[in-house]
Amino acid sequence: MPGLFQQIQAGKLWDFHGGIHPPGRKEQTNQKPIAVLPIPDRLYLPLRQHIGVAGQLLVRVGERVLKGQQLTSAENSMAVPVHAPTSGTVLSITPHTSPHPSALPELTLVLEPDGLDEWRQREPLNFLTCDNMTLLSRIQDSGIAGMGGAGFPTHIKAGLTQPVDYLIINAVECEPYISADDLLMQEAATTIVKGIDILCRLLNPKAVLIGIEDDKPIAAAAMMAACSQREHYYVRIVPTKYPSGGEKQLIQLLTNKEVPNGRRPADIGIVMQNVGTAFAIAQAVLDDHPLLSRIVTVAGDTLNQPQNVLALLGTPVSALLDACGFQSQPQQRVIMGGPMMGFTLPDLSVPVVKTTNCILAPTAQELPAASTEMDCIRCSACADACPASLLPQQLLWYSKAKDSDKLQEYNLADCIECGACAYVCPSEIPLVQYYRVAKADIREQQREALKAEQAKARFEARNARLEQEKQERLQRNQQLAAARQQQQLASGANTAVADALARIKAKQALAAPAEERSKEQILAERELKKQQAREHQQQKAQQQKAEQQATEQHNEPAEQTPAVTENTNSKAAAVAAAIARAQAKKAAQAAEQHATEQQVTPAPNTEKSHQAEVSAEADPRKAAIAAAIARAKAKQQAQTEHETNAAPATASTANKPAAGSDIVAATEDPRKAAVAAALARAKAKKQASAEATEQTAASTTGAPEPDVAVTEDPRKAAIAAAIARAKARKQADSENS
Amino acid sequence: MTLLTALIALGTLALIFGAVLGYAAIRFKVESDPLVEQIDDILPQTQCGQCGYPGCRPYAEAIANGDDINKCPPGGEATIRKLADLMGVEAKPLNEAQTENVKRVAYIREDECIGCTKCIQACPVDAIVGASKLMHTVLADECTGCDLCVDPCPVDCIDMIPVATTPERWKWDLAAIPVRMVE
Repeated sequence: MPGLFQQIQAGKLWDFHGGIHPPGRKEQTNQKPIAVLPIPDRLYLPLRQHIGVAGQLLVRVGERVLKGQQLTSAENSMAVPVHAPTSGTVLSITPHTSPHPSALPELTLVLEPDGLDEWRQREPLNFLTCDNMTLLSRIQDSGIAGMGGAGFPTHIKAGLTQPVDYLIINAVECEPYISADDLLMQEAATTIVKGIDILCRLLNPKAVLIGIEDDKPIAAAAMMAACSQREHYYVRIVPTKYPSGGEKQLIQLLTNKEVPNGRRPADIGIVMQNVGTAFAIAQAVLDDHPLLSRIVTVAGDTLNQPQNVLALLGTPVSALLDACGFQSQPQQRVIMGGPMMGFTLPDLSVPVVKTTNCILAPTAQELPAASTEMDCIRCSACADACPASLLPQQLLWYSKAKDSDKLQEYNLADCIECGACAYVCPSEIPLVQYYRVAKADIREQQREALKAEQAKARFEARNARLEQEKQERLQRNQQLAAARQQQQLASGANTAVADALARIKAKQALAAPAEERSKEQILAERELKKQQAREHQQQKAQQQKAEQQATEQHNEPAEQTPAVTENTNSKAAAVAAAIARAQAKKAAQAAEQHATEQQVTPAPNTEKSHQAEVSAEADPRKAAIAAAIARAKAKQQAQTEHETNAAPATASTANKPAAGSDIVAATEDPRKAAVAAALARAKAKKQASAEATEQTAASTTGAPEPDVAVTEDPRKAAIAAAIARAKARKQADSENS
Repeated sequence: MTLLTALIALGTLALIFGAVLGYAAIRFKVESDPLVEQIDDILPQTQCGQCGYPGCRPYAEAIANGDDINKCPPGGEATIRKLADLMGVEAKPLNEAQTENVKRVAYIREDECIGCTKCIQACPVDAIVGASKLMHTVLADECTGCDLCVDPCPVDCIDMIPVATTPERWKWDLAAIPVRMVE
């Protein structure tokens, strides 16, 4: 049993599964010479004409460019540049209908040729003397991408570092109508072989296999003649069968090797290049002639002169058709690519690009439009025809169900979209279209999954970052607070005031949350003042208590005392005191509910601290003070009943720093009582409003005067007044009874 | 005596097998993918909070604890179907009248942006860049289209625009079947 290499040398051919034999219809064009198209009025050059990424623009609108000048750069390895096919002016760079089945607009450079066809400076290379890197960069800079249809950047395939056993030159051209490669081989076989020489130098293959279908005898003869001087160049005539020109199918035909699922031919030591690509490489290296034009088969029964034309890249399809005597029919379809894998063009301004091998303008009889799709009858003709040995029925079933897991299980990714299944289907089901949609869906799903994963990672990273920032802030605040406390303790031991300050600070530090630390200074000052006031108040209260005990039996001042005196004045005073107490209690209750907020409530500006210390301080304390004031008032009232001295007046002045101006008329009972009631009410209101508007606590509590508080919250005031009235009435009733 | 032997023999066997099985249960334990992880993988990870939970994972946890599966507008019907399969419950329609969910990304009208950073704080995936009092912009590739930045904007300069179709992302249109070859 001879080895594989011996078998290949001996000229053995293998076969692949499936395949179809559509009518070739190449006789329309394959006997005529290639016509050179005149330079059109406008050239539309999409910035991306291959698989990969577009290069960066190098020219501006209005700039004059020379023939062969690079229009985009190729910094990315997956980018190949676009060149000016002739000299002229850049008219605009705008989105233009792309030569893609979607017909979506893509960024396109519009060039107005000046007719001079003036070349830039050219530097031909001697490929025998220059190194591989120079050759590869020349191939890339010449804008060469696979001319067979896919448009994969050639320099990547030619620059493989893996050992290559076989270089296969694909000249099969199996699709009906197309004869562009056929004509190229007929007319330029020697140049093609030079291009193969360059590829051999880059890849060092054991053998070069040139696959040509047996319906191209002239081209095969020309290639054999051109290769006659070369060892290890084998021209192999393969039987006509669609799709022998598929990469994997041709590999199987010529070497009996199968490309594993999800791998590339390079993984099994095979590189395949199109014959047109070999020609372009030879031109680029030997003549410094970048990829500026290509041979396009223009065929179809609506044309008077179907032929192969050498068209500049960017030539609109309409110019090609006009050159071939196009007679448009009603509902005329123009197809780019072959009848099996091509697509209908939306309009004729679409340009010829690097991958365009055929423009087809058929009559309705020649290529009828798709008829009604019928149900699958499970004849399995599609499975017999499939060159990738897939199960088209199952794939169709799962495509319709959008079951992407099953589709992947049935190797949809291995489908080469050749269309053989749709061709043989007796029910006229456009199977390949379903697969294309399903493939696009799967790609989209994969993209989405990737994006979701990214989003998740970013979301988690953000959460982690926020948490870390929070922790750091907390830690910093604690450290700062500790430092400040120590400092205070150290410096504050000198005086009694400082001592008190430190004590208060310590207390504050225990009670207040960490956020308040920055306002500690202000709070401490305020605390000190309050402390002083409180001490003062206590003294006074004790004094009063002593006095009171001397005159009365009761510790509880307001309620019983006025009843004894049977005086209208004292009654009013009692009512006022009761109101005040009630308000204070209410305030205290409300304050308890907001226990947590109370600690952060006071954040007064310095401007109001001079008049609003008491009102601006923490809620429970405020409530307590209000209650104390009310109690003191009641006591004071009671005192004035029996011994009219000035002491209570001063006491109340000390007790009510926020309303000091109200205290003057303490001698007259009804007035005093009213004032006291008003004061208490206002305080309560203020209290309530401060709580209601926690967010703006600083500004609300900063309003010190009772009347301001009343206007600020009229509803609360009204309610408080109503309660007070009710209380007074109840009081009066209880007294009357 | 025979009875005792039998009992001892069987008891010993039972003990040995019990020990072997117990050991195997611990030693060869199959770590199954926790339910929350599986649900989280199905959710679209837009982190939009439209379900009422702060992010996709909290919602996944809520579903695992028995919450409704139909609260994810960005995921749409497909996500609900998958969740229904996973959870073994009936697939319900989306709980609010949701329009066809077109993929959208946020776009900041940059000349109107006042640089308040509010949208930056709202973005769950850090897809908005900018600094205080400087113009902000959206990283369209990272934007999940969750809408969360639209409301905080004080000058309403954020638009949600549909993602443009590119030839790479274009899906074949079944209605426009190009060619068919008949002999």
